[in-house]
Amino acid sequence: MSRTDWEVVIGLEIHAQLNTASKIFSGASTAFGAEPNRQASAVDIALPGTLPVLNRGAVERAMRFGLAIGAHVAEKSVFARKNYFYPDLPKGYQISQMDLPVVQGGEITIRVGDAAGGENQAYDKSVRLTRAHLEEDAGKSLHEDFHGMTGIDLNRAGTPLLEIVSEPDMRSSAEAVAYARAVHALVRWIDICDGNMQEGSFRCDANVSVRKQGATALGTRREIKNLNSFRFLQQAIDYEVQWQIDTLEDGGRIEQATVLFDPDSGETRMMRSKEDAHDYRYFPDPDLLPLMISAAWKARVQAALPELPGAMKARFMDEYGLSAYDAITLTATKEVADYFQTVVSAAGAAQAKICANWVMGDLAARLNKAELEIAASPVSATQLAGLVARITDNTISNAIGKKVFEALWRGEGGADANAADAIIDAQGLRQVTDSGAIEALIDEVLAANPKSVEEFRSGKEKAFNALVGQVMKASKGKASPGQVNALLRKKLEA
Amino acid sequence: MSLSNEQVGHLARLARIALSDAEIDATRVKLDGIFALIEQMQAVDTTGVEPMSHAQELPTRLREDTVIETDQREAFQRIAPQTESGLYLVPKVIE
Repeated sequence: MSRTDWEVVIGLEIHAQLNTASKIFSGASTAFGAEPNRQASAVDIALPGTLPVLNRGAVERAMRFGLAIGAHVAEKSVFARKNYFYPDLPKGYQISQMDLPVVQGGEITIRVGDAAGGENQAYDKSVRLTRAHLEEDAGKSLHEDFHGMTGIDLNRAGTPLLEIVSEPDMRSSAEAVAYARAVHALVRWIDICDGNMQEGSFRCDANVSVRKQGATALGTRREIKNLNSFRFLQQAIDYEVQWQIDTLEDGGRIEQATVLFDPDSGETRMMRSKEDAHDYRYFPDPDLLPLMISAAWKARVQAALPELPGAMKARFMDEYGLSAYDAITLTATKEVADYFQTVVSAAGAAQAKICANWVMGDLAARLNKAELEIAASPVSATQLAGLVARITDNTISNAIGKKVFEALWRGEGGADANAADAIIDAQGLRQVTDSGAIEALIDEVLAANPKSVEEFRSGKEKAFNALVGQVMKASKGKASPGQVNALLRKKLEA
Repeated sequence: MSLSNEQVGHLARLARIALSDAEIDATRVKLDGIFALIEQMQAVDTTGVEPMSHAQELPTRLREDTVIETDQREAFQRIAPQTESGLYLVPKVIE
């Protein structure tokens, strides 16, 4: 039997840290990187007699997510206690949601594979969500040696999380990664989470099982915990799938378990078996009354949502005449979309295609090479628009444009929107469109290249291109290529 | 419904409560009494009545998302058994 006899089934649980200023149940700060326990209030460290009070900002972020994915935002949802003992959870329970989560259902469309086509032909797929619920994060245990003891930092305790649970709709690690990326892009797009995976603001757990092709019942799943990069998500699932298939084909059985991925070995290993599975004894938290969300509140949150990636993609195609590929690429993240929009609004909608080419071409390549995000681009959107404007009004050719772009990248021309103009003037790059000046250059080139002239006259069209090249070179690239072509031909054929 | 001593022992372990065998017996008897009361309540016909999650039929209060807490680490750590470098120290836990 081979890999193709098996179907892979994956569901993801994503913990997105909500970017509120204060914690979900206390007024302590959520800022990252503070000294240990400086941001742990009496509520966060669970001093007796303290009571949680729900943060409106956390609720609104959950609502934004629910509305953005077409889910049901519950009129009434309930907080429950999830009971377990661990020193970084000082209450002895985590406040979460169980039976009545705030966001129910919804779906996200993902694009899997290479959008540019080719061997790995891209396809779209809709992934259903089960729910998304609000909960509090735990603190951190530091296992370095404190005289044989463990250090506890409760700054993170009480930080609001949105746990986003998908249906087991994904059938490959590529689909799982595409889904995780889509959720990551969306939570940043609607500004509810900073998406910083290094700081743990966005973490994935993957439920993985395999079954024979055509089987309807689900196989026994194992849950891979705490994957904090898309690469690890892919590697962990690929390893786990192969391990499960090998185990089954060798006649073994899969036991339900929780596993951890070790990035160094690239393997998953058992953390706890089903027998050790936690018995969380959920029950409604008597400290918190139900969360009620009115239709009016929902309408206000809906109205404040930005244009979503799907709608923006359709508009780029409709309004700017961009291809689906261009529109998808330019709406991949909010930052790219914002940058492109700024370029287009400065350069004019009629120049949208050339703007798109610059953003997806030279700019993307340069950013990639420098390992920079677009938000950190040394060339601002208005500067790029200024460059596009000089190309479209024929002040410079496209080839000179690339030179100007490099100069902009190096910070030449200053920080203003007209930096391209400053560079063009300072370096004398303005396109030469004066016929007399171009003719003078042509005469020089013709006199210096009698052999090419001879060849052209004997019917070799290639010689013409060589002469155009010489004239362009003589002009240091500044002559208008169209004019050089026309004038040269006129002279040779005279 | 009545509980076995094993079930009571399991619940005690989950709750990190140390119970002697005699205490397990006594606890089981008390819990059985509570379950009897619950059974009595469950006999009431509640068809068509929406379950409540809280005894009070009120929505939860919400606070605005502003930081109002100040750093009280020193005060809190004064009552902690052991601290170091701003951390609370606890017996070693590695899962």
